[in-house]
Amino acid sequence: MSEVGGGVSEYRQQEESITLSPLGEQIDDRPLADDYSQEVLTLNIGPHHPATHGVLRLLVSLQGEVVQDVKPIIGYVHTGIEKTCEDKAYWKVIPCVERMDYLAYFFNAMAYCGAVETLLEVEVPKRAQYLRVIHLELNRIMSHLVWLGTSALDLGAISMVWYCFRDRETILDLFEYSTGQRMHTRYIQIGGVIEDIPTGFAEKLAEFVAQMPSHADQYADLLRKNEIVLQRLRGTCPLDEETLLGLGVTGPLLRAAGNPWDLRKAAPYSSYEDFQFKIPVGTHGDNYDRFAVRLAEIYESVKIIGQALEGLPEGPHITTDRKVALPPRHELATSMEALIHHFKLVTEGFRVPPGEVYHPIEGPRGEYGCFVRSDGSAKPARVHMRDPSFVNLQATRPAVRGAYIADLIATLAMLDPVLGGIDR
Amino acid sequence: MPDATGLELLAQELRDEDADSVLDTLYFREKGQLIISPAAIRATLARLRARGYTFLASVHGVDYYPEEPRLGVHYELIDMRRVDRLTVKLRVPTSDPVVDSVTPDWPTADHQEREVYDMFGVLFHGHPDLRRILMPEDYEGFPQRRDYPVGGEPILFTHNEGKSPGWFR
Repeated sequence: MSEVGGGVSEYRQQEESITLSPLGEQIDDRPLADDYSQEVLTLNIGPHHPATHGVLRLLVSLQGEVVQDVKPIIGYVHTGIEKTCEDKAYWKVIPCVERMDYLAYFFNAMAYCGAVETLLEVEVPKRAQYLRVIHLELNRIMSHLVWLGTSALDLGAISMVWYCFRDRETILDLFEYSTGQRMHTRYIQIGGVIEDIPTGFAEKLAEFVAQMPSHADQYADLLRKNEIVLQRLRGTCPLDEETLLGLGVTGPLLRAAGNPWDLRKAAPYSSYEDFQFKIPVGTHGDNYDRFAVRLAEIYESVKIIGQALEGLPEGPHITTDRKVALPPRHELATSMEALIHHFKLVTEGFRVPPGEVYHPIEGPRGEYGCFVRSDGSAKPARVHMRDPSFVNLQATRPAVRGAYIADLIATLAMLDPVLGGIDR
Repeated sequence: MPDATGLELLAQELRDEDADSVLDTLYFREKGQLIISPAAIRATLARLRARGYTFLASVHGVDYYPEEPRLGVHYELIDMRRVDRLTVKLRVPTSDPVVDSVTPDWPTADHQEREVYDMFGVLFHGHPDLRRILMPEDYEGFPQRRDYPVGGEPILFTHNEGKSPGWFR
């Protein structure tokens, strides 16, 4: 028995020495030999490949199994959403921007509405801010669950995807309950949220808050103690803080390298300063830290939701400024002004004072910054989303150079790009 | 940026080093903006980096049609220690839309400058790989410009497939 054990540990040592050696430096200096083992193979991965998490194409130069170079080629799902937004009234832009990063629709809407609110100088009621936080954090958990399930699938853990999608389904049901839609909910509006939460939602949400940590514990136990997962993630493709900052990387990827930059703490918006939560950070910046940081973020988001639900203040769910938000339905039957406001808002929309605003928020993948330029009319002159996936994708090349092709797949999973956000 | 005075002081410091760099300042909705001359972009960003603005969050383009100079490029900077943001803006005309690329100093600008080139046609001098990024390589025109119509892309039907050059090649 001990002999066998010794053999295994020796083998593992060998494996680790291969994985952890700085291959990147060796490969560039190594002269290309004539034999086939040294031949450079250009391999095209994608655009239709399950491991690329969307329509991403990777042009990989391989020397044996070692990645020499990788070029991401994007634009396959570019639909010109930013151009479309310029042709819509301000409130009709919300469904458009929600379709950019399709796993973070609340965040897209929040970044956009925040920018327009800053231009309009509209005060958002406290209750609306809390309702936004509840939905944003549910969305963050949902996005992380999709990431966890599909990433584990890439590593060969097939059952994870079903466990994660089970919980994601619970969240989507909650979204449907409060907003009427599972995805692209159009819930966050300029000045607040479209509707107050329905009766019974709070109980269902409390149930979710109570059960989610134990489910996350199960996922952590399934993966964190799994030898294959550890071998695939620990020590592979690390990037240090300096490189990540240079590449403009934000979100869990940056925090995995030890930089605790999180806009919810650094520059709180939407009442995030009211909640007690921690920011998980890693130490090595390798794939395991990226995995661990996101997993820990699920617990923190649950904590925030719990606090927001408990401290949910009374009051209006959207601003009472009738020039911006629709009047309540019942007023239309009795009030002439309400009817006029309704008519004006639905036909023309509202005019926004001229100016340019960049509104950043912390999403599941990093900084979602929405730039809105107004020329004083009822349609934005420019809407641009600084999508974290688009910027973070640049970290692929420095991360995987000199690693094995299998680690490329694992790293891409841990970078968590969403192609809808990259291509917009 | 805490207030408009701080922005003016910063602008004055930059002007002391290069008198022509800062054209204007704007303090809008509690955030500082520097409008600089296109020629000074690399030097200005380097000076701001030395003053703590070490993180380039976003590079994006704007079309100010019908104003001249028409095309704008915006740089969003973050000072992570003081938790401060600053916008640096510049404008170039469509007749000579050339700006120095900041990619050699800020690797994050690589994809984003390519996007600005792709959408607005701003040429970034010194960019290592200035190609279209989201639109097809053989695409003509710059779709995010304000005078580029929505629906400017012809839709391919049987009756016009002979007239859409190159799709079958």
